[in-house]
Amino acid sequence: MDFKQLVFYFFATVLVFAASMVITVRNPVKAALFLVLAFFSAAGLWLLLQAEFLAIALVLVYVGAVMVLFLFVVMMLDINIARMREGFGEYLPIGGAVAILLVLEMAIVLNAERFGLKQMPDPGQLAADYSNTRELGRLLYTVYVYPFEIAAVILLVAIIAAIALTLRRRKDSKYQDPSRQINIDPRQRVRVVKMRSEKKI
Amino acid sequence: MLAGPEIFVFSMACAILVIDLFLPARWRALCYWLAQLTLIGAALLTFKTMTGASVLTFNHMFVADNLSVLLKLAGYVLTVFVFVYSRDYLQERGIFRSEYFVLGLLGLVGTMVMASASHFLTLYLGLELMSLSLYAMIAFQRDSVVATEAAMKYFVLGAIASGMLLYGMSMLYGATGSLEIAAVARALTKISPNDVILIFGLVFVIAGTAFKLGAVPFHMWVPDVYHGAPTAVTLYVGSVPKLASFALIARLLVGGLEPLAGSWQTMLMILAVLSIAIGNIIAIAQDNIKRMLAYSSISHMGFFLLGILSASPNGYSASLFYILVYAVMSLGAFGMIILLSRSGFEAERLEDFKGLNQRSPWHAFLMLLLMLSMAGVPPTAGFYAKLLVIQSIMKVNLIPLAVAAVLLAVIGAYYYLRVIKLMYFDDATERSPIQARWDMRLLLSFNALLLVGILPWVGTLMEVCRRAIQNLA
Repeated sequence: MDFKQLVFYFFATVLVFAASMVITVRNPVKAALFLVLAFFSAAGLWLLLQAEFLAIALVLVYVGAVMVLFLFVVMMLDINIARMREGFGEYLPIGGAVAILLVLEMAIVLNAERFGLKQMPDPGQLAADYSNTRELGRLLYTVYVYPFEIAAVILLVAIIAAIALTLRRRKDSKYQDPSRQINIDPRQRVRVVKMRSEKKI
Repeated sequence: MLAGPEIFVFSMACAILVIDLFLPARWRALCYWLAQLTLIGAALLTFKTMTGASVLTFNHMFVADNLSVLLKLAGYVLTVFVFVYSRDYLQERGIFRSEYFVLGLLGLVGTMVMASASHFLTLYLGLELMSLSLYAMIAFQRDSVVATEAAMKYFVLGAIASGMLLYGMSMLYGATGSLEIAAVARALTKISPNDVILIFGLVFVIAGTAFKLGAVPFHMWVPDVYHGAPTAVTLYVGSVPKLASFALIARLLVGGLEPLAGSWQTMLMILAVLSIAIGNIIAIAQDNIKRMLAYSSISHMGFFLLGILSASPNGYSASLFYILVYAVMSLGAFGMIILLSRSGFEAERLEDFKGLNQRSPWHAFLMLLLMLSMAGVPPTAGFYAKLLVIQSIMKVNLIPLAVAAVLLAVIGAYYYLRVIKLMYFDDATERSPIQARWDMRLLLSFNALLLVGILPWVGTLMEVCRRAIQNLA
């Protein structure tokens, strides 16, 4: 076993451990942190596959942005764990049976006979000046430009949907209009009232 | 400009979104008219792309052929009807916002992308685009608890279905080494059709497709979504996405995986028989007409699958004919529910149709046509649709299947006829006159009469369907 394999098994073990902790740990914040660990280990695996751009993107986008946001949401929401766990034991037998069956079926189909090293050979060492980023960019903006654009449209729909479903104009909100506040004429604000002074006794 | 219609509809949807921002509330109807204009413009652009041949572009990811043109044109017509029917409904409930039309147009773009997909990637992305627009439209009426629940269920189940479809596609990619549909079909000729990985992928693809189609046993979302969504959205969900489902099946199973027909034929057979049986039998127990029509849609999807599973060009064109006729019938039936509803009142119970003949004989007659066509009584288009799919499975010697389908269709006739009985032989409990805008009355009448009026041209329509699928496989 050479060093590369050792690194692979290290990352793979951590990944499997972290992933199983995500779904078993009781505290949602801890689960989110384990997910961060899982992303880091997955990024390590990408690096071993010489996909450095994907590895960095995974860390930057998922760990840096998505998970932080996710942690915020988890911490802000008052999640009732006891209620979420309701019926867990009730569904466990059938859910477990389906899961075991699926794993067995996948093991039968996705074995080394079809996806072993013979069928899927090592892609080979890339040159030192090979840039993943450039290659991905080239493919994304030429061959795959049409799906890329559709993906952008899907994001737009997601934005429209999110805004349409959550934006509500409250009638009682104390909305300020800064330009009106600045352009105000002092005479409209202050009314000078002339009164007779009080009589002296 | 083969992708001109898609680009045009998308650009117009964005334009409407921006224009709406600067419109005063009383000019809101402008969005509606712009959406309608978009559809007409897109139809003109689509006519320009009609060449009769199959032309590829965007690195073989986009195809313009007879099928894509036909499905797109049908999509525009259906959407025009949906917008006309839903205008008053939305206004009366205070949800007449431009987002409804924008999401409707973007969902249509998704359908169009699927109609012209020649690559698994574009097929999948089109499906997601359409589904995402649908989820948002269903949840559109924010204050309604049932609508939110329906959207949530649809969203979760839809996400699982997408995952299954994607997993199946990745298996097929692993086995064939390509995502391009034509290349997959070529690669399949060299692999044994009983290859375990192919079958494994196929099962997932079929399960995902059946979810989207709403075929038993993946039908659980259909009644809740049809019932929970505002009727204007149900109208949309019940018509335009059906075209997308046809595109999905035609491109994926027929265009790409036809060499595996021996395997998917059996799977579809189970789905079809279960759908027709369970859809028709459970529909009898419903007293809500939207739920009843939802179960009826499940049974119609079963009939639709019959044509596909015959795995013959005859069957495919029969299925295309069926889906077009079904979309028109569904449009008319939900349009009728909208017509009878008014602000604060949804005519969604069967009782609300009692004595419709006394209130408005003309509308009762239109509903009669719609119900007869759904039941498949001659001489309506619904009869021809059922006849064609059953003929196609008889030609491939699946006689027991044909007999079962006919018997179950007879059971189904009961609940359609019950609506007719309520309209003509029961006394009206509700006597208020029916109010609707003239354009809606006109189009609804046209919609229902079309099911009988098409008869002289049924042959032409069948020929169009036959041509549409000819350069598919």
